Amino acid sequence: MSRPAKGIPEPRRRHLGLAAAAGSDTARGTRHGDGRDAFALAWADAVVGTSYVSMSRTEVEEHLRGLTDRLAEALFTEPFTADAARQVGAAMVGAHFTGTETLNRTIALVADELPLRLGLDRSTPWRLSALQGALAAGYAEALRQRTLDEQEAISQAVFVARDQAEQALRVSEARFRAVFAEAAIGMGIADMDGNILDANASLLDMFGYSLEELTRRNVRDFMHAEDAASVWRLYDELVSGQRDHFRVEKRFERSDGEVIWTHLTASLIRDDEGRPTYQVAMIEDVTDRHLLQDRLRYQALHDPLTGLPNRALFLERLAEAFDSAAEEDRIGLCYLDLDGFKVINDSLGHDVGDQLLVAVGQRLDACVSAPGRLVARIGGDEFIILMERSSSTRDVVAIADHVLAALEAPIRVREHELSISASIGLVERSIVGTTPADVMRDADITLYWAKADGKAKWALFDPERNAREVARFTLSTTMPAAIERGEFYLDYQPLVRLCDGQVVGAEALVRWHHPEFGLLAPDRFIGLAEETGQIVPLGRWVLRQACHQARLWQDRFGSRAPFISVNLAVRQSRDPGLVADVAKILADTGVEATRLQLELTESAIMGTADEPLDALRALSAMGVRIAIDDFGTGYSNLAYLRHLPVHELKIAGSFVEGLRASASDGSHVVDARIVGTLVSLAHALGLGVTAEGVETADQARRLDDIGCDSGQGWYYARPGPPERIDHILSDVR
Amino acid sequence: MERPSWAPADIDLDRPSAARVYDYYLGGSHNFAVDREMAEQAIALWPNLPLIMQANRAFLRRAVRYCVDQGIRQFLDIGSGIPTVGNVHEVAQEADPRCRVLYVDFDPVAVAHSRAILAGNERADIVHADLRKPEDIVGSPQFGRLIEPQRPMAVLMVAVLHFIDDADDPVRLVARYRDLLAPGSYLVLSHATQDGQPDKVEDHQKLYARTRTPMHMRSRAEVGALFTGFELVDPGIVYLPQWRPESSDDVDEHPERYTGYAAVGRKP
Ligand SMILES: C[S@@+](CC[C@H](N)C(=O)[O-])C[C@H]1O[C@@H](n2cnc3c(N)ncnc32)[C@H](O)[C@@H]1O
Repeated sequence: MSRPAKGIPEPRRRHLGLAAAAGSDTARGTRHGDGRDAFALAWADAVVGTSYVSMSRTEVEEHLRGLTDRLAEALFTEPFTADAARQVGAAMVGAHFTGTETLNRTIALVADELPLRLGLDRSTPWRLSALQGALAAGYAEALRQRTLDEQEAISQAVFVARDQAEQALRVSEARFRAVFAEAAIGMGIADMDGNILDANASLLDMFGYSLEELTRRNVRDFMHAEDAASVWRLYDELVSGQRDHFRVEKRFERSDGEVIWTHLTASLIRDDEGRPTYQVAMIEDVTDRHLLQDRLRYQALHDPLTGLPNRALFLERLAEAFDSAAEEDRIGLCYLDLDGFKVINDSLGHDVGDQLLVAVGQRLDACVSAPGRLVARIGGDEFIILMERSSSTRDVVAIADHVLAALEAPIRVREHELSISASIGLVERSIVGTTPADVMRDADITLYWAKADGKAKWALFDPERNAREVARFTLSTTMPAAIERGEFYLDYQPLVRLCDGQVVGAEALVRWHHPEFGLLAPDRFIGLAEETGQIVPLGRWVLRQACHQARLWQDRFGSRAPFISVNLAVRQSRDPGLVADVAKILADTGVEATRLQLELTESAIMGTADEPLDALRALSAMGVRIAIDDFGTGYSNLAYLRHLPVHELKIAGSFVEGLRASASDGSHVVDARIVGTLVSLAHALGLGVTAEGVETADQARRLDDIGCDSGQGWYYARPGPPERIDHILSDVR
Repeated sequence: MERPSWAPADIDLDRPSAARVYDYYLGGSHNFAVDREMAEQAIALWPNLPLIMQANRAFLRRAVRYCVDQGIRQFLDIGSGIPTVGNVHEVAQEADPRCRVLYVDFDPVAVAHSRAILAGNERADIVHADLRKPEDIVGSPQFGRLIEPQRPMAVLMVAVLHFIDDADDPVRLVARYRDLLAPGSYLVLSHATQDGQPDKVEDHQKLYARTRTPMHMRSRAEVGALFTGFELVDPGIVYLPQWRPESSDDVDEHPERYTGYAAVGRKP
């Protein structure tokens, strides 16, 4: 207890009179009261600040006043004993006047002031010394005791605190141990070399190993063949201290070989210096969740009704087949659609329809299933069969035949015996140069062809047919715009009078100068235009154009001007606006009706209903000539001809061909007779006859001999621009 | 990883402890050689220290009595240290034996000793907690037993907040306690300052860097900020001996040598 003298204030010196007044205490007002008060004040002044006591200044004074009394008593008691002074020393320590400077000043004050203040006789100085000694001894004794007690107390506190800390640590360790042991999650600890040191019950359970077995193994022994490469890269980063933890989904193999799926969290444990010391793995078995996911995935990829793979799975497998295919691999698709399913569904109800689909699915599955093949239901009554690595087109054809045969036997649904058939589109080709989207689209097109061909048939994809159809499709969609853009134009071929070789007419032939496909002959687009109905506007355009030309010729050549012959398609001939259109065009262009000839095919005229005939009659009445084109190719009822408003027959080129002199087999004789008969018949009916396809002078002569009126063909001129005809007519003049 | 609250700090007797050094300044023997050695060095540097500590304890005593006079009967003494003479429960219970006192300290030895001293006192107890975690204090069974939070109380943070780093945001911390207090409660606070004696501060702080609790002196304005949400009672923020001295004799001519501010605030 070395209390430094430094820093402790010097004792204050009070004026005693003032102090006595301030400290006056009537309650304790004894004979000696004033002196004692004064001493206590002086004492307080002397010791204030030398020790920490829990007293205010006034309280200190009061406290010391009490001690002063005891000192005074000791001093005056007979026989003298210094015991009370001992107690005063002890009492000071008790009040925590523990600073030794306090004792120092107290002893000094007792010597200097006490006798004076208490009026002590100078004759008994030994009493004062004894008093000082006893006070110091009592103080020292108490301070020693207090010091020892406090040291004891604080040591005891350290002991208790340590004990509590250790106990708490034990508790915490026990808790950790319990957490480790009881945790539902699997936990394992390994050193930095991967040697497994400890594992909890959950982990042992999960892996099916005993602790001994597990601790003989290394973390790397748990590598699974199908682990993502990243798992072990993360692990390497962990054990090299580059990362403190990672979390992955990982497969483990149990001791019994079963594979479990887990969520693995691995963490690094570092020591106080930050060096990696252990690795801890927390492993959660999520196999069930995984199975559930698998099931959900299964549901997402299968058709709930038939249990077959659905469109999504089919497309996935198709894409995989392409991804994994070798260069020489081929692939086949059979795309099938039930014939008349809708009728069954509508008439017998969805339930029956559904049952039927289930049964069909089963049959398909039964006759198709093999590795590398997949039957999927991809729409209402549409199924598709994927054949990976097919060897040739024969494979898909065989399957298609097999499927058609399998569906022949009626299917029983409840009380119904249902006969069902399917149409199948087949695509089979080398994988190189095609895509999943291509084969799907082609299978779809082919199925459409098969359907169009009639029930219970398969069709095989034909690239040329497809190209044609694509072109046709393209043409039909672009035709209306093409008319507007002026992509069509007319060529003219002269019609020549056989007897004198005069050009009497010209057939207008439409051409399409297509920006993509180039120059297109009528056979490429007229049929298409008939199908789509585009023929009506196109025909109207042709007629107007031709009439315009006729008008030019009429203006230029007057009576020598050739009439114009324009083809009328079947659909045009049935167009109710035909007569009005023709009349208007003639009026607009100012062409005489007699200078217009309309060519129709036999089929357009014969055996048709009355209305078109009425139209033809009306046209004929207007003065328009009607010709039958390609006569002889149909099975015309010749007798009927006379009831028709027809003026001209155009004999098909095939008959004319037989009239060539070079024909050595004598067929020309037959043809000549047929043509002769036709001509006489026509003449008998008052009709003119034009021979098509005249290619040689010989033919022309013979036809003339036979009595044919006109000829048309390469012998005279190929179809060409109207200027050619201008030339011919000009030359003649 | 943060140590869980139930895993105690180890008791390291190779390091001085602020609680025991303080006890030494006050003339106690609840200390060890390391503590004394550091205390002696500090005193050599700053001879006034024992007086300052006495002044701090005297302020504590006056403030507790003041609070009792204002009708407060429950005390939460945070950073209470090692019991010596004139502990809060002694001062308060002397004034009114019904006063209840809950001590808080995070020095395990101080807590163990307090517990020994308080054994048998039904109206006083101690919680081993860190004042930076008010929830640990308020959530303790001792708190539940001794303190009625819906009634006004006095929260004492005497000579403790200078052990709290700015990083722990003492203003916010005090505010968290404030929010728990019923209106009419008091905050009793003393705090070491560099104001007045700036030259000695640095060496002194270096000494405390040896302990678990380095010192952070704060200016008057910073101490004022701790009273946000309180109304300072007279005489406001003053040097330790100047706060409501019992007699003018108690205040010497150089109160700034007592390098600590003292103040009491009331939550309106
Ligand atoms: C200087 S003592 C003050 C004791 C008493 N309040 C007084 O003024 O007489 C400071 C005390 O605060 C404690 N202390 C320091 N930081 C603390 C914290 N974060 N939580 C609880 N106690 C703390 C120390 O252990 C020490 O006992």
